[in-house]
Amino acid sequence: MNEWLLDPLRHTFMQHAFLAIVLVGVICGVTGTFVTLRGLAFMGDALAHAIFPGIVIAYLLGGNFLIGALIAAIVVSLGIGLISQSSRLSGDTAIGVLFAGGFALGIALISAQRTYVKDLTSFLLGSILGVTRGDLYLSAAVGALVLGTLAYFRRELTIIAFDRTFAQSLGLNLWAFDLLFLVLLSLAIVVSLQTVGNILVLAMLVTPAATARLLTDRLRVMVALSALIGAGSGVIGLYLSYHLGIASGASVVLVATALFLLVFLLAPQSGLITVAVARRLHFPHPERDAFPEPEAESAEADRTGTLGHQPSPATRRQ
Amino acid sequence: MVAELAERPERGRSRLVTANLSVHFGERSALEDVSVSFVSGETVSLLGPNGAGKSTLLKAIAGLLPASHGTVTLDGVPIRRPNPAVVYVPQRSSVDWSFPVSVLDVVLMARAFRRSRLLPFGDADRDAALAALDQVGMRRFAPYQIGALSGGQQQRVFLARALLQDGEVYLLDEPFTGVDVPTQELVVSLFDSLRRAGKTIVFATHDLAQAVKSSDRIILLNRRLIAFGPPREVMTAAHLRATYGGQAVLPFDLLERTGGPS
Repeated sequence: MNEWLLDPLRHTFMQHAFLAIVLVGVICGVTGTFVTLRGLAFMGDALAHAIFPGIVIAYLLGGNFLIGALIAAIVVSLGIGLISQSSRLSGDTAIGVLFAGGFALGIALISAQRTYVKDLTSFLLGSILGVTRGDLYLSAAVGALVLGTLAYFRRELTIIAFDRTFAQSLGLNLWAFDLLFLVLLSLAIVVSLQTVGNILVLAMLVTPAATARLLTDRLRVMVALSALIGAGSGVIGLYLSYHLGIASGASVVLVATALFLLVFLLAPQSGLITVAVARRLHFPHPERDAFPEPEAESAEADRTGTLGHQPSPATRRQ
Repeated sequence: MVAELAERPERGRSRLVTANLSVHFGERSALEDVSVSFVSGETVSLLGPNGAGKSTLLKAIAGLLPASHGTVTLDGVPIRRPNPAVVYVPQRSSVDWSFPVSVLDVVLMARAFRRSRLLPFGDADRDAALAALDQVGMRRFAPYQIGALSGGQQQRVFLARALLQDGEVYLLDEPFTGVDVPTQELVVSLFDSLRRAGKTIVFATHDLAQAVKSSDRIILLNRRLIAFGPPREVMTAAHLRATYGGQAVLPFDLLERTGGPS
């Protein structure tokens, strides 16, 4: 077992890969929490594809790919906003149009290059084994910027995700914060491209956050769990990739998906199997399955945690 | 002397005024030429059919929608952006109920930007939020996830948040829609205590009887202002027909009770 764990770490490229996947897991896990809460999964997928031409153009011009990606992301975000202003088209239609168009532009540009197949493959699937020390520093810096900004504006972003009208009544500029979030999301995606690739980055944004949401009702806990699950899936996935000889990006995403399914079936409060089992073990009891009556004493509820964590009378008696 | 008068919340002094207010959405006109004024210490209900512009009027007053013509002023100062003195309570449908926040978290949103953003909420904030929940009888639900509450309970939580915002004018979009009778009674008594504290309350509603029972003045709105005044003056058959059209069911007992013509 020790050998199984230690063997990959002997190689520098694997050390880099592990650090990279942990960074991506944490950055995408935290950003992805807001993506899932806002219902922006499709938007995330669209951004991942639409920033492709930005990266290709930056590469062709010899510029910085981060800047290229960011410009493309902002152009696409504004375009989606503009098209969805038209009352005949919904937001996801606008996303669909620009997402495919942007991706096609990227492919057209890159197909003129001699290294077409190799470049495209590494963009689509990532090349985690090629992560250099410099890549790691860049990822860490961009990650710190993204996480720092999310932390700084956490209240604005939370209130906007919860209730846009109320957020507006507090004087928050919804348009500016939406754009800010899309920029942060684009940065998170760009940082992840090398590690998991364009096609699978969505899984890193959505799956750990979704798993975390099944496990908790508290936003702060959800953010932490999502980061932990993202990084954990990354590490486990890399080990499996190394030992089983399967593609690293796919391996990481499959681990994250397996964790999600496990939690979906077995989560203590909401899992399909656990809830079914709990129903068989207990008769419904008003104190466990419903709210305290308005007349009931309230001191206990004030002290205890979130919904469902109060000990049921059945467990108290045991 | 003048400054003293201006600072005291006196019943009967106009503080919130809309002058020839019009709102358009593109080509469509949602609100036309509405001039009303509200005094401190009064409760005003806003009646009208669906699409009459009730929400639009509230949002325009709150500074959430730009006026295409006319102005809104609070104590003589124009409102073009949201103002902390004007508390807006949205319809419950604008909220994502599956959101992972507790009842206490929702109430604390009222204080989200009062102090340094880097610090977490302190005991003082939490105590104030719990006190506000206490006022609406929801303190014991503080740790629950917001979506697990009933409609009436959710409305109470929003009122607690509005109380914590501590404004001068409260604008509520359909606070009585889809809530149980105890909550309706609680909302009415809350309006009373706010009114006694010199606040102005304006709420949109579909419930004519509720409007007559719990407001000092009533606005009848159907894109244009139909009538504005005390219930007995406003709730006439002619006004209601002008507001709701031919199919309006006139609540006769209500008209009798308020002394309107039958």
